[in-house]
Amino acid sequence: MTLTLQLFLIVSAALFCIGLLAALSRRHAIFILIGIEMMLAAANLNFIAFWRFSPEPHEPTGVMIAIFAIAIAAAEAAVGLALVISVYRHYRTTNVDQLDQLKG
Amino acid sequence: MNSVAFIVIAILTLAAALAAATLQKLMHAALSFAVTFVGIAAFFFLLGAEFVGLVQVFVYIGAVAVLIVFTILLTRRDVEKDRGFNWSGVVVAIAVFGGLIWAIFKTQSVSVTAPAIPVLTVKRIGEVLMTNYVWPLQCVGLLLTAALIGALILVMEEKG
Amino acid sequence: MSWLITNLWLIPAVPLALSLVILSLAKSRRKSAAALAIIGQVIALAFAIFVFLPTLQTPGFRAVQNFTWFSFGEHALRIGWLLDPLAAPMMMMIALVGLCIFIFSVGYMADDNNFTRFFAYLSFFSGAMLGVVIANSLLLLFIFWELVGLASYLLIGFWIERPSAAAAARKAFITTRIGDMGFFLGILWLYHNSGTLLFYDEGHGCLESAGLAMLGATATFIALLIFFGAAGKSGQFPLHVWLPDAMEGPTPVSALIHAATMVAAGVFLVARVYPLFSLGAINGATPSLTVVVWIGVTTALMAALIAIAQADIKRVLAYSTVSQLGLMMVSLGVGGVAAGIMHLLAHGFFKALLFLGAGSVIHGCRGEQDIRKMGGLRRLMPVTFLTYAIGMMALSGVPLFFSGGWTKEEILHAAAHWPKSHVPYYLALAGVILTAIYMTRQIIYVFFDNRRAGSLHAHESPRVMTMPLIVLALCAIFFSAVLTPAWPWLHGYLAGERVYFEISRLIQPTLFVSLGLVGAGVGLGVWMYRKAGMQDRDRAPETDPLEYAQPALFRFLENKMWLDEFYDRTVIAFATMCARVSDWMDRQVWDGLVRALGNLGQVFGIFTTGVDERGINAGVDETTAGTRGLGRLMSAAHSGQIQTYLGVAAIGMLVLLLFYAWLG
Repeated sequence: MTLTLQLFLIVSAALFCIGLLAALSRRHAIFILIGIEMMLAAANLNFIAFWRFSPEPHEPTGVMIAIFAIAIAAAEAAVGLALVISVYRHYRTTNVDQLDQLKG
Repeated sequence: MNSVAFIVIAILTLAAALAAATLQKLMHAALSFAVTFVGIAAFFFLLGAEFVGLVQVFVYIGAVAVLIVFTILLTRRDVEKDRGFNWSGVVVAIAVFGGLIWAIFKTQSVSVTAPAIPVLTVKRIGEVLMTNYVWPLQCVGLLLTAALIGALILVMEEKG
Repeated sequence: MSWLITNLWLIPAVPLALSLVILSLAKSRRKSAAALAIIGQVIALAFAIFVFLPTLQTPGFRAVQNFTWFSFGEHALRIGWLLDPLAAPMMMMIALVGLCIFIFSVGYMADDNNFTRFFAYLSFFSGAMLGVVIANSLLLLFIFWELVGLASYLLIGFWIERPSAAAAARKAFITTRIGDMGFFLGILWLYHNSGTLLFYDEGHGCLESAGLAMLGATATFIALLIFFGAAGKSGQFPLHVWLPDAMEGPTPVSALIHAATMVAAGVFLVARVYPLFSLGAINGATPSLTVVVWIGVTTALMAALIAIAQADIKRVLAYSTVSQLGLMMVSLGVGGVAAGIMHLLAHGFFKALLFLGAGSVIHGCRGEQDIRKMGGLRRLMPVTFLTYAIGMMALSGVPLFFSGGWTKEEILHAAAHWPKSHVPYYLALAGVILTAIYMTRQIIYVFFDNRRAGSLHAHESPRVMTMPLIVLALCAIFFSAVLTPAWPWLHGYLAGERVYFEISRLIQPTLFVSLGLVGAGVGLGVWMYRKAGMQDRDRAPETDPLEYAQPALFRFLENKMWLDEFYDRTVIAFATMCARVSDWMDRQVWDGLVRALGNLGQVFGIFTTGVDERGINAGVDETTAGTRGLGRLMSAAHSGQIQTYLGVAAIGMLVLLLFYAWLG
């Protein structure tokens, strides 16, 4: 079968939703981070796919976006993990259900 | 492009992602998470963005996944497993998936086939990075610095 | 002396200014006060003589000095000074009589505590009176008129610790005020009709033909209104009631104000605005002049009758003044303007003389004023007696040497020739006889017969008091020189005619008539009162012979014909009732209105408070409660669970996506 853009988009959408699933339904704080990273990766895939199927591929715009997004995702993962460790130290738990200090 | 390769990589990626999202044991989940990224890197190769794929392998698998493993190690108590599953999250995810699929199929313009493109060289990426995208490059550099310092401050042991 | 004529205002200004200076002196500076007042008077007299001399040159001399006082819009109020044969001799008389009285007061008021205040008021009065005389504008005259009234009030009530003096001063002021009301209405009406209040203004004055023509028939009413004011000031019936009570003031005050000058102001006013009265005269009479005559003659006769029954030495003289003023009004009314003014001038001299003589008697008898308690002062106070006798003869009208005789002669002459009626003439004759009778009575009581209680330790007054008496007596005599028919110089001067000396005119039939009348009067008086003050058959010494003979008549006359009581029952009662009505209105109606408004404000305030508390406050409270409830509701959505937040964000993103996809 011929590969159309749609197929790639479907795959990235599925990946995105799985990442959302991971972020929403697990109780450990790490899984939220895992979910976010997955969502970011899915978005990167989306960009690259669009770049590949675009009418002017000599402009590597999609590629650049993906590169920068990877860099930013890495920074965000580092900070997030530092937060998780810090919270763990303070509250002795990683269960997000118990982290409801913002409850209004 | 080879459609067989596409289907294999897709199945691999999605299965690993699903496993990462649902496995009980934390370590297993973390390792499946790394496999997911391998699959995504393969996708990048398939799409002709080799450089990005390699960057993905270095950064995500080499740094982020390892970070996550270390964090699991550092925040472990007696409990290795993660109990509790929120089913409302599943509902939301499925709803979002449905919406996205509907949007994709509705749009006519994305039913295209891959045109022939010149090979994207690293040289080209380097050129573009240093001319058109030099400012974002510098900003990302700053961002990384800030993130580094911030993370350090966050996890520093408080004296006294 | 033309600069003085153009600056006539200096003549009243000097005494007025000096009065202010004297007011600022301390009570102990008596000599300075008296000296300043007398110097002021001397200067005024000198100025008066200086301006009198030029008026002799031309008959009918008139010098006018007008200027604008202030202007409002297109109109301007002009006032001015006037020097004419009417004003010049009046000024001299006022200054000279004033000077004599001032000197007399130095002796009379020597024991009084408020010596300096007295001289300040005297000087003030003198200035104001001089101002009345030289005013060329009816408004300016009115201003000085009121100042004279004020001075009179201050001087009548000079002994402020006496309630009777205060009451008398108030009565004088209020009665003259009633007259002044009419005067002011007359002024307003005159201004409205003729547009000017100046008397003489190069043909545009209100007394000149152009101004009079504008008045037409209203001149009569205006003249009557002005006469009302003059009647108040000159004590004509029915406004005469204040004059006898005014004797509460010190005797020099009575002499200056209520004999010589202030009461003369009314007569002077009528003479001044005579063209108003005589406008449109038919046969020498107009309605206004007729009114003047009848009121004058009524006053003259009534006052003379009352004088016969009075026991206070000053009251006799007061009623005599009222009577003489009535006579002067009669003279003006029948057309004898010059005669009336001549009698005014002569009366000024001899009435002041009589009052000062009475003052000397009172001073000598140590404050006794009842003539029934005096007697036999002829030998104890010879100078006073002599001068008093001269004054009495002048007043009674003894002709030849005494000025009063000639002037009264002229008046009777004019009255006899009044075309309207001869009744005033006969009544005036009766008045002459009565005058002689009551003056004889007074002299007999005071100076003749035995000494009674008051005069036992009497002594002659000091020289400072007797000198003015002598001066005035001499004036009374020598003034007659210009009054005789042989050389009627004053008449000619006042009327603007040329006269010449002719001795043959001295002996006239009228001369004998008046001699006869006066002789009859004096003789009658002597016969009636020859035993006054002494026991006679079964009449007690204190009882008046007339009282013994006709007690009812005497009682009627003694009580001033019950006029004061009549006024009390009618006018005063009416005024009191009006006051009570006003008070009621003020307290119930106006005050009630104000209170109602206040209550209304209070009701409004209560209403506003209610609205504020129940409406606005409650509204605000409800709003805040609602906001709080809403906040509570909304805070329930903040569970603090990050997964919830993320889920909601995902759902939101989905909704947005669908929305955009659906929009296409």
